[in-house]
Amino acid sequence: MTEYFVAALDQGTTSSRCMVFDRHGRMVSIAQRVHQQYFPGPGQVEHDAEQIWRMVCTIMPEAIADAGIDARQVVALGLTNQRETTVIWDRHTGRPVHRAIVWQDVRTADIVKTIARDIDAVDVTARTGLPLSTYFSGPRLRWLFEQNPSLRRPAERGDILFGTMDSWLLWNLTGGVDGGVHATDVTNASRTLLMNLETLDWDDKMLAIFDIPRSMLPQIRPTLGNFGTTQEPIEGIAVAAVIGDQQAALFGQTAFDAGAAKCTLGTGSFLLYNTGAEVVQSRHGLISTVAYAIDGEAPVYALEGSIAVAGALVDWCRTTLGFIDTSPEIETVANTVTDNGGCYIVPAFSGLLAPYWDNAAQGLVVGLTGYTSRGHLARAILEAVAFQVCDVVEAMNSDAGLSARSLAVDGGMTSNNLLMQTVANLLGVPVVRPMMTETVALGAAYAAGLSAAYWPDMAVLRRNWQRAAEWLPAIDDSRRTLELAHWHDAVRLTSEWGRARR
Amino acid sequence: MYAELMPVAVQSVERAATILRLLAAEPEPVALSRIADAVGLAKGTTHGLLQTLLAVGFVEQDPNSARYRIAPAVFRLGAARIDLNLLRSRAINWTDALAARSGETTQVAAFRDGRVVTVHHLVPPNASGKALDGGPETPLHASALGKILLAHDVGAYRTIEGITLDPLTFHTITDKVRLDRELARVRDEGWAAEVEEHEPEMAAIAAPIRDHCGSVVAAVGVAGHRDRICDTRGRPRQALLTLVVRAGRSISRELGHGRRQ
Repeated sequence: MTEYFVAALDQGTTSSRCMVFDRHGRMVSIAQRVHQQYFPGPGQVEHDAEQIWRMVCTIMPEAIADAGIDARQVVALGLTNQRETTVIWDRHTGRPVHRAIVWQDVRTADIVKTIARDIDAVDVTARTGLPLSTYFSGPRLRWLFEQNPSLRRPAERGDILFGTMDSWLLWNLTGGVDGGVHATDVTNASRTLLMNLETLDWDDKMLAIFDIPRSMLPQIRPTLGNFGTTQEPIEGIAVAAVIGDQQAALFGQTAFDAGAAKCTLGTGSFLLYNTGAEVVQSRHGLISTVAYAIDGEAPVYALEGSIAVAGALVDWCRTTLGFIDTSPEIETVANTVTDNGGCYIVPAFSGLLAPYWDNAAQGLVVGLTGYTSRGHLARAILEAVAFQVCDVVEAMNSDAGLSARSLAVDGGMTSNNLLMQTVANLLGVPVVRPMMTETVALGAAYAAGLSAAYWPDMAVLRRNWQRAAEWLPAIDDSRRTLELAHWHDAVRLTSEWGRARR
Repeated sequence: MYAELMPVAVQSVERAATILRLLAAEPEPVALSRIADAVGLAKGTTHGLLQTLLAVGFVEQDPNSARYRIAPAVFRLGAARIDLNLLRSRAINWTDALAARSGETTQVAAFRDGRVVTVHHLVPPNASGKALDGGPETPLHASALGKILLAHDVGAYRTIEGITLDPLTFHTITDKVRLDRELARVRDEGWAAEVEEHEPEMAAIAAPIRDHCGSVVAAVGVAGHRDRICDTRGRPRQALLTLVVRAGRSISRELGHGRRQ
């Protein structure tokens, strides 16, 4: 009897990976490539979309070969991606006309400031669920047109196409210049500042605000649905789901219903809280977003706490401070001391996202003395990740009107035991990791597998969820309160420093 | 030009190198007088050189016989020791999959600072093994993981030389000759097992994890009740064995073994 599998393509901020999963949601193979980061100026981050597509062409056949299976045994592909990253390309040559502008990039600060003067911020949030911020794609498109006005005409004719990373890859996977599917899904579209959260269609008023022609936009489809069939690099696999990476992680944690939440620790860190059929407007700095939509069913929404810099801070430590060779070694260095030695780091590299939404904030290191060692800095780096998680969990608790009794975590950084213990200590509740830390890819596979009827229903997937590890709080309340107070002092200073230098 | 810059050969370095070559060629520890004879030096001079080599960690002295031998660190020159947190981060996807597939307690261990260190371990909900956190140290000679490390790490093997192997159960291998034979089998077949050698009724299977050079740097394995790990003849179940060996290979590949990056 032939065994069948699902594949997931996870195009992330630092790497792209393809994974094959079996019927029990267990990873069979993984192939991965790291792509280049471009930093053309302060606060600017770009990717080469063509390089990313070439890597996808390598890792897909590699993962299938590693699994020891034939491509015909892959019943469906789920595509998941870094969100908000903006690609524009020429429909006829298939080539990008600008490097992809990454979600961490804050070059649109002035555009956002100008627009904010003329419009009603409350109306924007009511339509899109989002605050007006450099974080999202809409302002980037406007920036591209301002930089190069000659793009406007071809964009109006539909010769220049826009997409987030999912649309770019889907278009290429399904044939590119030879009839590639130009579409996106609701989760990705909900991160553009251009989609109406109620109608799940492009919002004419938002398009007018950013002056963006509808003709260049991808068609918005449900998350689980028909996205065509692959032509490249392997022919004939049904693309059965497209889903933004954080929503995919929520799906991978099987947090399908209202009240369930997860926190993914990757390059950034993202807390998503499922609010069911209801669009909840946060009063504490979270954003409203689509969790997923199934073709023919009502969409499911979520509140999200987005943290721009988590693993990216460790990565910065590796490349810039240089006292570690690989990111996981941060734990080794941090374990050479028992506390932060009074040192705190606020990584406001692109301002601060949730729950502060301060575009102007600038990062800082405080509490330096001659006593401060690498170990203390390493601790402060890991604690910065944990403190930010605490901030968004606190916001979620306030919005939900109740306190989370535990936190489900996933993502690459959950292999860091010291970080997980620190999160548990500072949150004061247990932190739980499931058996599969790569929930982004798993969630995309789940979505595709459900869509293609590889799995009959969500209940089957829920039974796959198994706890792999749990960290319990191990500091007392007074210490926790004191540490959080120090952190909030430091956060306040980043805002003041940034404001004074505008 | 070149000739002018060539330094005069430093005699003591040459002599130290001769001693290292001699010791490296000898399977057994060598007495001071034999070393002095072989390098043609007075005992006092030779002793001085050996003390320096001891201090830099290239030579070690057998505590019982006071004889000298080459230190394991010399074999590892040029091969950086892997950071254990890096190892965990590279292994985690595969240990998750191994634990999910086998349903048994899964562990990654390495030999560090004279003992077996648990790098990562997880206990699936229905596993028969108990949590290892804070448990007794993994004994090198009586565990599957330990046997992998003994078979491939000279430093680990030396820690059990000259000591009596504790019989932890009725089945523990305490005879060095038998253990050596077992370790040769481990190297030949690429996996190790323990059947009630550490604890009654418990069994385990382990496989090596190799770095990009092919050196064994750690071991990965599963442990659980004998009846779940072994078949009716008390041999590791073939299906489980395949899973463990594959996990070892996959983690090795993550570390660059057989993969050009």
